Amino acid sequence: MKVIPIVPAAEDEPRSIWLYEKQKKIHPRSVTGRFARWRWIMVWLTQLVFYGLPWLTWNDRPAVLFDLDARRFYIFELVLHPQDFIFLTALLILSAYGLFLFTAVAGRLWCGFTCPQTVYTEIFLWVERRFEGDRLARMRLDAAPWSWNKAWRKTGKQAAWLAIGLWTGISFVGYFTPIRDLTGELVSFGLGPWETFWVLFYGFATYGNAGYLREQVCLYMCPYARFQSAMFDRDTMIVSYDPQRGEARGSRSRKADPRALGLGDCIDCSLCVQVCPTGIDIRDGLQYQCISCAACVDVCDGVMDKMQYPRGLIRFATQNQLVNRWSRAQVLRRVLRPRVLVYSGVLLVIACAFVVSMAMRSPFKVDVVRDRGALARLVGDGQVENVYRLQVMNVTERTQRYRVTVEGIDGAVISSAYSLDVGSADARWLPVSVRVPYETATTLGPGAHPLKFRIERQHDGADAAAAVVEKSTFVVPR
Amino acid sequence: MSDFFNHGWSVFVAAVTVVSLIACLWLLIVASRRVPMADDGSTGHVWDGDLKEMNNPLPRWWAVLFVVTVFAGGGYLAMYPGLGSHAGQLGWTSEREYQEEQAKARETMAAQYAPFAGQPAEVLAKDATAMGIGERLFLNNCAACHGSDARGSKGFPDLTDRDWLYGGTPAIIEETIRKGRHGMMPPMAEAIGGGANVSNVANYVLSLSGSPHDWVKAMDGKEKFAACAACHGVGGKGNPALGAPNLTDKVWLHGWGEQAIVNIVTQGKSSVMPAHEARLTDQQIHVLAAYVWGLSNGAAAAK
Repeated sequence: MKVIPIVPAAEDEPRSIWLYEKQKKIHPRSVTGRFARWRWIMVWLTQLVFYGLPWLTWNDRPAVLFDLDARRFYIFELVLHPQDFIFLTALLILSAYGLFLFTAVAGRLWCGFTCPQTVYTEIFLWVERRFEGDRLARMRLDAAPWSWNKAWRKTGKQAAWLAIGLWTGISFVGYFTPIRDLTGELVSFGLGPWETFWVLFYGFATYGNAGYLREQVCLYMCPYARFQSAMFDRDTMIVSYDPQRGEARGSRSRKADPRALGLGDCIDCSLCVQVCPTGIDIRDGLQYQCISCAACVDVCDGVMDKMQYPRGLIRFATQNQLVNRWSRAQVLRRVLRPRVLVYSGVLLVIACAFVVSMAMRSPFKVDVVRDRGALARLVGDGQVENVYRLQVMNVTERTQRYRVTVEGIDGAVISSAYSLDVGSADARWLPVSVRVPYETATTLGPGAHPLKFRIERQHDGADAAAAVVEKSTFVVPR
Repeated sequence: MSDFFNHGWSVFVAAVTVVSLIACLWLLIVASRRVPMADDGSTGHVWDGDLKEMNNPLPRWWAVLFVVTVFAGGGYLAMYPGLGSHAGQLGWTSEREYQEEQAKARETMAAQYAPFAGQPAEVLAKDATAMGIGERLFLNNCAACHGSDARGSKGFPDLTDRDWLYGGTPAIIEETIRKGRHGMMPPMAEAIGGGANVSNVANYVLSLSGSPHDWVKAMDGKEKFAACAACHGVGGKGNPALGAPNLTDKVWLHGWGEQAIVNIVTQGKSSVMPAHEARLTDQQIHVLAAYVWGLSNGAAAAK
């Protein structure tokens, strides 16, 4: 290791330092290999879904549409109402436990392969490479004075970045406004003020985050970066440099025997530092900056191949594995430790509950609201009448006919309209009057008595009969 | 208008706000430089043998964002209310925003109601769209008193029968909704002689609709009913111009039986239907009136 001598500063003149650090521009070197390929697979997968979904149609409407104005959320066959908010909660819990689980097993995989910050940075870096070349060429171009060559390369890159950013913004808004209408409005300059704002805001955020902020987001903004490491233990697979094998580092001829020179396998080529998107040296050990992208693993494997040393000087390994020189089987056995089993168990239970509740979701919902102005009234022959309002929400996309009956009080009948049609994904109110004969009312006595409304959906074509029972009360006056 | 009972408070709050903003900037400047305490860039504090407090500098762009927010805050305070009782350059108030939103909503609504303009109630009552709108208007504005099924309750008229206090033509219903109604029956006990006369008149009133009554008392009450006839008419058929109820049918808005009638005659009655012209637009009132008319005349009544 190089030793930099520390020269004490002059005692009488203490120099102050600037505490707001300028962002050091990182030019990650491009990398190919196993993990780079996986990352590109994930880029394609996530972005095909993100850019593609708004264009799919289903039942003559966008397959995925979050209609905020109408408060209806369409996801393929599903039509969700605001009342289904619990499913979003379940989805968030699932995501959180999923994150806990695979972080405990294999570290920050999310960060390195699927996080939008990583994915868009990867796309923007690819564009940058097309226009300005790889790491060295980019560094040279940045240092060079302005010239025609530099100008067109920089302009081209900016244009491409802005285009990608804008298209991302449009796709994002396309989840809330049908994207075919949106692009039509765009062409005719008829975009609404909020649509314009969100297209530009989301587009600019993509451009700024993936083009400029890059690793700064992971280092300073992202909360996951800080708490994901709290889920690590000594059996978590993390990107690690094997110091026992690598040290002492040093350059050597390909033909020389490192043992004879007193060297380890690390040839100190610094490629692992050059490819790192957050600009760290993985050989210093686990650091919070490491997003587990495994670029250093890929590049080091390439170097080891060239040197004809075995691969894996930098690899996914657990701390126990490195220290105790465990075999693969021993490491795999430790995967089934209590923490992982508990996370998996909880995840499984929530996933099952989610699937079951989705499958058993009623095809319509009913709210019963008692009239508050008058609790009860007497009608001809001493019958007692109560008035209710039933809101029937149809969660299918076909018009349905519903019939209402009452149960729970002998002789109670509906004295008003008792059936209604509700259109596709619509909600309608039905005023319902319920009458109880004089004798029953006398037997029940004054006060509130439980009453149930039974709302049945008629069997019609593809839709099976279904029923919902809602509780309410019937008031007999004094 | 001032939110404060004393102008001094406004000045105080404004001063605190401005001083806080300036203090933020001052803090940023003061904290921007410092003399390193130890050669390795740490503060020189060591805990548990090897825990050092390092200098982790804030990114410069973050500090710049901080400054931007301070200036944005200043800009906001200049444009919007926030600096004491200063109203801001834009003159924004929540009330004005509400009025603007209302105006915009009314504009959008006008297009929805346009096809119904000038259409008679007989036509609208057969129009499913108009009746859908009418139903929603009714549930939101009328159902609280008249009931969701429009059949009213004690003191609140049933709108589904053909008995009307002021008349049941669409024009009159529209007028009732727009201007409201104030039904007034004065206490009449003294005018009809008081004492047993009140009970007699009550029995006579019951006899008009063929309800169970004491015919002897009714005979005695007939003469005294002359005082009532001024409004209710000689035959007790009522007078829509005054809103005087028809006493010959079996609709008993304020309760049935001798005691209920005695109470009304003794105490009088004053019932109010509030005016809705300020709450609803003319177009809404037109559709709503057609819906109410339809409850007893149109397709809805047939159901």
